[in-house]
Amino acid sequence: MRDWKGSGQQREGIVGIIYNRRRVLKAGAALAGASAFGFPAIVSGQSDKIKIGHLTPLTGFLGALGAYAQLGLRMAEEEINRSGGVMGRPLDVMSEDSVNPATAATKAQRMLDQDGATVLMGEINSASAVTIMQVAARNKRFYMQIGARSDALRNGKNCNRYTFHVDIPSHVMVYAVGKALVRDGMMQGKKFYTLTADYIFGHDLASAAKDFFKENGGQLVGDELVATDVTEFSPYLLKIRQAKPDIVCSNLAGNQVTNLIKQYAEFGLPYPIVGFNLNTADAWAAGEGNLSGTWPTVWHHDLDVPASKTFVTNFVKKYGKPPENHAWIEYISLKIMAQAMEETKSTDTEKLIAYFEKEPQFDILKARKGYFRSWDHQLMQEAYPFTVKPKGQAKDQWDTLQLGAAVPNANESLEVLSVKKEQNTCVM
Amino acid sequence: MQFTFLLEQVVNGLVLGGYYLLIALGLSLIFSVGGIVNLAHGAFYALGAYLSFTIARAFGFGASVVLSPIAVAFLGILFERFLLRRFYAADPILGLLVTFGLAMIAEQFIRIVWGAAPLSVNMPPAFKGSVFLGDFLFSRYRLFLLAVVIAVLAAIWLLLNKASFGRVVRAGIQRPDMVAALGIKLQPYMTAIVMLGVGMAALGGALFAPITIVHPAMGAEVITVAFVVVVIGGLGSFWGVVISALLVGVVRGMTIHFIPAAGEASMYVLMFLVLLFRPRGLLGERIEKFET
Repeated sequence: MRDWKGSGQQREGIVGIIYNRRRVLKAGAALAGASAFGFPAIVSGQSDKIKIGHLTPLTGFLGALGAYAQLGLRMAEEEINRSGGVMGRPLDVMSEDSVNPATAATKAQRMLDQDGATVLMGEINSASAVTIMQVAARNKRFYMQIGARSDALRNGKNCNRYTFHVDIPSHVMVYAVGKALVRDGMMQGKKFYTLTADYIFGHDLASAAKDFFKENGGQLVGDELVATDVTEFSPYLLKIRQAKPDIVCSNLAGNQVTNLIKQYAEFGLPYPIVGFNLNTADAWAAGEGNLSGTWPTVWHHDLDVPASKTFVTNFVKKYGKPPENHAWIEYISLKIMAQAMEETKSTDTEKLIAYFEKEPQFDILKARKGYFRSWDHQLMQEAYPFTVKPKGQAKDQWDTLQLGAAVPNANESLEVLSVKKEQNTCVM
Repeated sequence: MQFTFLLEQVVNGLVLGGYYLLIALGLSLIFSVGGIVNLAHGAFYALGAYLSFTIARAFGFGASVVLSPIAVAFLGILFERFLLRRFYAADPILGLLVTFGLAMIAEQFIRIVWGAAPLSVNMPPAFKGSVFLGDFLFSRYRLFLLAVVIAVLAAIWLLLNKASFGRVVRAGIQRPDMVAALGIKLQPYMTAIVMLGVGMAALGGALFAPITIVHPAMGAEVITVAFVVVVIGGLGSFWGVVISALLVGVVRGMTIHFIPAAGEASMYVLMFLVLLFRPRGLLGERIEKFET
């Protein structure tokens, strides 16, 4: 029988004293839990700077997008400050990792209370965006919500008048791809199997997709919820094989799409795969030869518009790699914010809201200018479907995507894709 | 028909469990032998994946899967010599803190060297696609993965049970004072165990890199699973970790089959249930406080 030298707290181990396992485990669990917190940037500002509080996910499944977002943001900040700032004062953008919805709200509140932020900007995660919007409404401060796409933020009960949304919402993304699928004969009578990210954005995407399928003759034969921390999809792929759909459709976000694509290519299932959400960084991360199908995007770095190309050239010069769509959207958002403050000669929330509600047009580096619709505060802009270039045509690792024609068409109103006022449940 | 699909999920779960095993076994060995919970284990997994990315670009996939774990194993020697060794006899909190800190430093180091954007390791075309064994669908690559895991498991088992190295290690776990009295220095064995443990984690990272994305936080993701597997299996037990890893894989697959949204939570529920009825873990050593 074993005879431990001393039981309970200590015993002799192979190279010394080994403590009671429970103590070790307890401490381990505490430390693992502590790692859930991010670390704030240490910022000190002078009183004449205009401070802007900015949050974006730098960790988690959207972390790669947040990293690009910050690059675009910093570039805009530098350009604005180099040409004299806003109202003669330099901008000081305090950008931090939002980590998760609860931390996002805490940091937003702290930025308003202690760090002297005049307005709030940012976010990509729809769940975090909701909490920041609540902070903005409670404190009656302006929030430019840049990268979160969930419909519920704009047109559902989560909306509020202090928030303006820049990125395209879920149903525009569905429409951009759906229209291309209808044109390619991949909608009418086809059986779709969807994988949906189990949070507010995924649910919104799925609901918009269901509506589109119903209106255009597509059939939904299966819809699976996927927790946002799933990185391994083989059980889902097996279920898809069992269901034998015509087309597999992704309602996922961030690097989950990348993982799904890679594992889908690994298994080599015979059904075409499309999706209603994909960011360029996640598409690049899928690697050569894995991505296929039709996907939506709000912007792409090879867009054939002179102002866009200039932005791309400057970005490459500064960072050594092309901008991703989140870098672009943060760049134009800060520029729009600066323009708004300059033209209203103020950082006051009410003046800014009134300014944007007059629907002034902004150069967003696309063929058509954008404006914020007054009754839901959503930026009206073009979107694009994209497919994958055939093998061998890509010039480098960032050149793998083939941009399609802008939606809506040039002769249609930008509001054609958006939720109509009758369908809107948002009361401001 | 329905039963075949279920069985397919079970088999797929076993394959996934094999991959968990690779990482959890290293963690378990380091704890059994050294008494330190290595929270930096995930960092070695991530380094294995990143190094395989760099090596694969120059020398191809095959070289990357072989060289990357070896390189990380050597890193493990440095890790043991300059870091772990000081904490064997210290308060366990210190060992946890130091490995936790190392994990964070490693993640930032990876960000600085390779960037924050996720990277992609390409799967060699020969492995792409699925095969049918009877009515079961397998991805070719995962069969390869399974083969590697079985080989490594067999090698470790032989090492621990048939080689004199293993005899000394097992004696050291049970009666270190006697081993010392017999004039055998245990330190080199400890170093070897750490090398083995982190090497296996790196192998897991290198093997999984082609089917998942390689990003700086991947270490933090995997350490949780490894921890859960080791706790369910019971600390200090070889076969406990094996059974636990396979069980976690299968339970996850079955949960996704029936209640997809609960897939990732299933292993925590499993851990809760196991610890409720058997606090020592499945095959762990008795904890006298809980069981008389």
